[in-house]
Order: sequence, then structure tokens, then C-alpha cells
Amino acid sequence: MKFGIVVFPGSNCDRDCYHLVKTVLRSSVTYIWHKDTDLKGADCIILPGGFSYGDYLRTGAIARFSMVMKSVTGFAKKGGIVIGICNGFQILLEAGLLPGVMLRNSGLHFICRHVYIKTENTHTRFTSLYEAGQVLKIPIAHNEGNYYIDPDGLKKLKDNHQIIFRYCSVGGMMSGQFNPNGALDNIAGIMNKGGNVLGMMPHPERSSEDELGSRDGYLIFESLLRWFKRKGR
Amino acid sequence: MMKPEIYYALGLDDKEYKKIRKILKREPSKTELAMFSVEWSEHCGYLCSRKWLRLLPKTGRYKTLIGEDAGGIVIDDLAIIFKMESHNHPSQVEPKQGAATGVGGIIRDIFTAGARPIALLDSLRFGPLNQAYNRYLFNGVIDGIQFYGNCVGVPTVGGEIYFDNSYTGNCLVNAMCIGIAKKADLVRARASGSGNSIMYVGSSTGRDGIGGCSILASHEFKEGEEKRPTVQIGDPFTEKCLIEATLEAINTGYVAGIKDMGAAGLTCCTSEMASAGNSGMDIELQAVPRREENMQPWELMMSESQERMLVCVKKGKENQIKKIFLKWDLNASVIGKVTAGGMVTVRDKGEIVAQIKASALTEAPVYDMPRKQPEYLRQLNKLESSGISKPKDYNSVLLKLLAAPSISDKSWVYEQYDHMVQTNTVVLPGSDAAVLRLKGTNKALAATTDCNSRYCFLNPYRGAQIAVAEAARNLICSGARPAAVTDCLNFGNPEKPESFWQFKNCVEGIRDACVSFNIAVVSGNVSFYNESPQSAINPTPTIGMIGVIDNINRVCSQGFRQAGDAVILLGHCREELGASEYLKEIHKMIKGDAPYLNLKLEQAVQGAALEAITAGLAHSAHDCSEGGLAIALAECCIASKDKMIGANINKLNYDIRQDALLFGESQSRIIISCAGDSREKIKRIALKFKAPFCVIGETGGRVLRILNGIEELICLPLEDLYHKWSGSLKKEIKG
Repeated sequence: MKFGIVVFPGSNCDRDCYHLVKTVLRSSVTYIWHKDTDLKGADCIILPGGFSYGDYLRTGAIARFSMVMKSVTGFAKKGGIVIGICNGFQILLEAGLLPGVMLRNSGLHFICRHVYIKTENTHTRFTSLYEAGQVLKIPIAHNEGNYYIDPDGLKKLKDNHQIIFRYCSVGGMMSGQFNPNGALDNIAGIMNKGGNVLGMMPHPERSSEDELGSRDGYLIFESLLRWFKRKGR
Repeated sequence: MMKPEIYYALGLDDKEYKKIRKILKREPSKTELAMFSVEWSEHCGYLCSRKWLRLLPKTGRYKTLIGEDAGGIVIDDLAIIFKMESHNHPSQVEPKQGAATGVGGIIRDIFTAGARPIALLDSLRFGPLNQAYNRYLFNGVIDGIQFYGNCVGVPTVGGEIYFDNSYTGNCLVNAMCIGIAKKADLVRARASGSGNSIMYVGSSTGRDGIGGCSILASHEFKEGEEKRPTVQIGDPFTEKCLIEATLEAINTGYVAGIKDMGAAGLTCCTSEMASAGNSGMDIELQAVPRREENMQPWELMMSESQERMLVCVKKGKENQIKKIFLKWDLNASVIGKVTAGGMVTVRDKGEIVAQIKASALTEAPVYDMPRKQPEYLRQLNKLESSGISKPKDYNSVLLKLLAAPSISDKSWVYEQYDHMVQTNTVVLPGSDAAVLRLKGTNKALAATTDCNSRYCFLNPYRGAQIAVAEAARNLICSGARPAAVTDCLNFGNPEKPESFWQFKNCVEGIRDACVSFNIAVVSGNVSFYNESPQSAINPTPTIGMIGVIDNINRVCSQGFRQAGDAVILLGHCREELGASEYLKEIHKMIKGDAPYLNLKLEQAVQGAALEAITAGLAHSAHDCSEGGLAIALAECCIASKDKMIGANINKLNYDIRQDALLFGESQSRIIISCAGDSREKIKRIALKFKAPFCVIGETGGRVLRILNGIEELICLPLEDLYHKWSGSLKKEIKG
């Protein structure tokens, strides 16, 4: 089981993800440069947070045309596991690997703080080790995390149980008050219909060690490891 | 003879022009004149300040590293490199880009030393927010910091924000960056080795920022001037690429020296790198990548376009270095070579347009400025206790102070900064000091910035000492041993004797305090001319300090942790109200003297607190500063919104004015909470250090209650405290 972390020139959470996989998860990991097309035999691709190509234009709008994204798209279409975190999620939306779009935060400011999210679906490769409805303490850090999708699309997401995480209170209550960025239906993370591509705005790599004030994000990676183990990887 | 208007326009005076002629033994060319004007500006040349900066200690408890641009300390095999720098005038003129490029510049000073930037802090000062222009500046500066810092991926973990009338017309933006490197991987900002190549890397050169250091930074603001073209424009994405490419290039071992083209751009880099390496340099301007047409040689030499650097590359290794920068889609162009003899030669299409001895440029004249104690001080320092009416209701005073802009909750600001990227931030913004783990070790770093400029206004010497003492106290409260200082000295016009008197006294205050704490000043920056037609700023010697935590499991923060803990006060409460936030906010007075400070007592209190924390006895620690004991206690109660814990402070017994006890700003005081059975152990530690020790109450409940003797002074629900403290800044920003 090997993780591949894509490095765009403006990625800034690539090293954090690398540290998590290598030091905390103790798994095999490699960087993949944005100008490369070879995914180096990785079983799971992580698109990390950051500002891919500066994001002076709409976030992720340039990244979707990069060399590496051609390979990542092909990999995902064949069922390969892809996780997009923050900017990575934005790129997955722009690349059409996940449905919906990202708008600017409703408060029109960048927000960095710990929030709470509820695990809405635990029957996935990414969340199998969480308890149903488990509330996670996890940080966000973004300017464009206001997820939007049209009513038809939202219905499909719900019908197929593609909504994985939603913003909530510390006690798990869901309302506008606990929605940091205005995201539709408090959506913080979704997966594709095939269940192999996850996009989420919160940063699990920032909440996987006790020293950082929360370990709640760790089980996403542990769940994946477990799933690969069962597959014999 | 040249017409004086020509060199006046560049910011040079008659004396300086004569001196240039004497050095060159001929008339300077336009390019040469431009080069002297920027290198001899106060901003680059430290003409007025250099004599006094020599006083600051360069050695201390930790082994120090003093470089050309930044300095640092050594911990085991690691080098911690850090520096603070001002970007005041650019921010006043164009707040977003001014602040953004301030952040960009200080980051470059760190990674050009070979260190990876791991944290940023910002010390910000504005006029009151009830004026629309101050709100514009405040919003613009915050926006600039978040725009730049978030994109480059360096967490903004701390800092401070103050509001005072003296900053109306001249805000202060002081940015500090901390970096980390293996000690063996450090590089200097020197050009050495005759025949080695000089390579230009990074963004192309444009006409932005021409005269930034000489015209903008080295003069005060006057009525009706338009200075916007002198401000540079920042591109954090390019900077991010530059960080990675530079560190990769340094890693090859082929880089002999490297320097950021910051203030004074190409002039500064060529002359200072050559001078530091006892070499010369011969460069061809046609090879400089540019983004505007028809740029003149003097414009190329003066431009302060951002995200550019000059690299001295070992002969024959140019292609390897070039490949790295091209991989990151950055310019990399050999523009010249290192020569022997110490001359900087600048050519345009082969023709010499400037030829000056490097040391003549870098050794700017040193001026001994006249000094005079301001007349108004004697009057202001007088404070009759009888002239201060005693409030009837201390609860409302406490609530009012909690909502005061300089004390209130700053989360609206720091939540706009990514303060967690790089996953090292162990204590988040909002506590006394930020704490960063050092991955791969059991150690952590603490960092803070501090300066109460009202103290410095009323007593520059002691005010500066207190800035150092309080910074150290903040670090102690996080469990760190103070290790070293960077200072950013912000003052008014040095040509005015009163301003310069303030400067000299502050520098002496910093020196004496640092010597007493046995810590070095490893880097710093001086910013003069912070004046506008409205006023001169309070003298503001901002202290940036870092500390070392040997055991990351012993990190401490300010919030009470659990009910039933004992609350301990280390230190004395004196009857003093001078220079306090209470006098300013409640009585509308800026008067009296700065609080009393005894450095021996300070060290006793700090020593005892640190030992209590490192022994694992303290559950929380918080320093008493603006707003005094009552504000500090309130902050301990409401530090964690989801877990507020009250306190019953019922064992105070002081025969002093009640308002002085609650809101006086006596120095050398730390509030500690601990389990009941740790009390005696901490008492023994305090005795050992000869630190005053007193159990003043107990944590628990949903109110903060403070009694003196049997008289109840404060009794307020935590929700009220939190509401006042957290709501006020947001309200002020809306105007």
C-alpha cells in the first residue's frame, strides 16, 4: 500500500500529508510532481491543500489542466482511490471528478479554526472505522469552502449517500449557526458515486496527532489502510 | 557641479553629495548617484542609529549566529533563524500591498539564510477604529497579511495589535519570521571566490518600488504627497516557488552566497554581498530579466520589485542551479561574476555606467544626532493619586476594559490567517506565546512579540526594559526558557532631538534588560520618520523573542484547566496606575510613569514559574499585563470558549487603592493554577527563587468573583465576560 502526494508549485500541505503518512501512519509514500504523468505505482493519490498555481483565478481552475491531473483522472475513472483535501477538493470539483462547485465563504473572509463535523456515512472506504454519526474536531483553513450544487445534484448526493461529512455543533447539532462558510446543507465532504474519490474541506492531516489538539482525522487514513489490507495490498 | 535638485530628488543632502564626490574623486553618474542615495538612506545605511545599535548584546545564554540579514541561535544541531522588520510607510500608503510585501520580505530574509520558514508573527499598531481611514488601514493590512502568508504556506501564529491616537497618520506593521535549518546547511549573504558567477533569480524587474527605502521609508509624511508608486506589489505564489527552489539550490552545495533583493534592490545586493565577502562584482544590466520596456540603468539599480534574489554560484555549476529554478518556472540568469579588488562595476551593453568601491556604498556615514528630553514629560509624569476618582462599580469597569480594543478578543483577525499549516502549532494564537513543535525532536519553540508603547512614551528607558521583561514573561508562561531577541525599533524623525532622545533611551533599556536576562539581540531593524502632520508615533521598540521548551509534554497555556485548582499569584501588587490601560480607557488620561520594574524580582518570578511548569505542577500560567490582575484573571477564565471555568479569588489582602489592585499594571506578576496538593511544592519553589508567593483563590463555578479582604469588588458571570471581550472588535470594525 503506497500513497502518492501530488505537488503543485503552490501546494503547501504536501509536506504535512507526507509527514502524516510516513511518521504517523508509518506507510509508504512518494511525491508526484505536477509536470509528471507517472503516478509511480501509488494506490492512493492525495491532492493536498494550498494554492496550486497561485489561485489568483478561480481556485483549482488552472490545476485541472495540469499534466498530472490527466493521469489522476484516468486513475480515478478506473476506480483508483483519490483524496482531495481543501484545495485538493476544489481541484476535484474543477476536474469533474466530484459534482458541484465551490463559492467564496459567505463571510467573505479566509477562515482558519477548529470546527466540528458529523460523519454522515460510515459505509465507505474512508470512514469505516468511525461510529455512525461520530462528531470530529478538525480544522478548516480556506477562503472558498462554500459548497454549492443544484437541487437535482443535491438529491442525487443524498440518494446515493455521497455526503460524508457535514458541519455541526460540538454535540452534533446541524444548523446554520455551526456552518462556517455557508456551504449548502452544511456539506463539508463528499465522495463520488463509485465511492473511490473523496473531497473534503477540513484538514485531517492537521488533526491526526494528540499534540495538535485532535486526533479525530486519523481514522480516515486508518480506514483506508484497513480496506487495502483486506484487498491484500 | 550637478544641480542640487537632482540629488535632492533622490533624498540626498549637500553634505552627502560632497562626500560622494570626494570618494569618487569625480562627478557621479546618474546611476552612481542613485546607488548612493539608496544605500545611504537611513533605511539601509542606519546613519543615525548605528552608533547606538552597537550597544546591544550579541551573545547570551544560547550560542548565537549573527548573519548579514537575519540572526539566530543554535539548539543541538539545529539553527533557529529569525528576524523582525518594519513595513510601516508602505502600509500607510497602500495597506494591503504594504503589509503583504512586508511579510514577503521578511520571509526571504529567512530562507536566503538556508532556513525553512516555519512561523510568522505580526505586531500591528493603528489609530482608533472610530475613524474611517484607520478602519481602512486595519482591514487592508489584515487582508495583505492573510493574502500573502496563507498562500506561501507559512503559518501566522502570533503577534499583537494595539490602537492609539499616536498611530493615526502612521500605522506600524512589524513582521517577524522564524526559520529552521540544520546548522551545517546555513548560507551567508556574501559574494566570494573570484570567478564565481552572479546569478539573478526570481521575478522580473519592473519600475515598482523605486525609491522605496530612500524616499518613502526615510522621510516623514507631509501634507498632500502622493507616494503610492514607491510601494511594491507582492506575488505570494512566486515567493512560494522561490522558497522551494532556493532551499533546493542551497541543498546542492553549489551556492556560495545568496541575498534577497529587498530594500534598494540590485544596488543593495551587489554592494552588500561584495562588501561582506571582501570581493568585487562585475555585472551586465542587459542580462537582468525585466517586465517593462526602456528601463534606464538607474531604474534597474533602484527598483524594489519583489520576489527576486541574487545568488553567488560556484564556477562551473551554473547550469545545475539554473535547472532547479527553471523547474519551478522562475527566471535564472547569470548577470556577472565575482571579481577581486572590491569594486562594484555595473555595465549596460558592456559600457560602464557605475563603478564604486563596494565598501564606500555599504559604509554609510555615521551621524551623532543631538538628543534632548522632551519638555512635556516632566508634566506628564506627575500623577496625583487624589486626582483619579474612584469608580463606584468595579464590575462595569472590568467589562469596559475587556471590550477595550487593545485588550479584546483578536480571533476575528487571527482566524483569517492560516495558523496551523506545517502542522507544528501546538499552542494556537490567543495565549501569551505561540508554541511550535520541532518535528523529529522532543523540543518546542515559543515565540512572542511585545511592546507597550505608552510605557515607552512616558518613560522610554523603563518602557523598553518592560517590553523585554514582558516578552520573556510571556515565553515563561508557555513553559519556555527565553533564548534570544530580534528588535524592530519604530520611532519618529531622528533629526528632532526629542525623538532621538527617546530612541537612545529605548536602546539602552533593551540592552540593560537583555544583559540581565543573559539573552542576545541577534537581528533587528530600525524604522525612523514615523511621523505625519497629525503626530509622531509613541516610541515603539517592538521586541520579538523566542524561547526553547526542552520537553514538549510540559507546554503550558493561559486558560484555567479544571475546577477545584488553586489559583496562585507570583509577584507583588503595587499601588501604581501610571500609564495604565485603566487610566486611558476609564479616566481618559495618558499620564504618570511607566510601572516600576526590578529586574532581579522579575527573574525570581520568572524562574519560579518556569520551574513550576517544567516540573509538571502548573496547569496554567498567565502573565499580568494591560488591564492588570482583574483582566488577567478574566482571560484565564474565558480562554476556551467551549470550556470556560470560573474562579473565586477570596484571599487577596492588600492595603492599596482597590482600582490599583484590580487594574494597576505592576510588572513581574504571573498567575498560576495547580492541583491543591501541588500548592506546597510550588511554594517551596517560590521560596527557593525568592519570588513572592500567594494563594489567592480557587477555580470553579460559572462566575469570576474577586474580593479584597472581605469586600467583594468583582462578581460577574463568565458569559458576560466572554460576550464583552469577544464582541467588541467585530463591532468596531463595522464602524
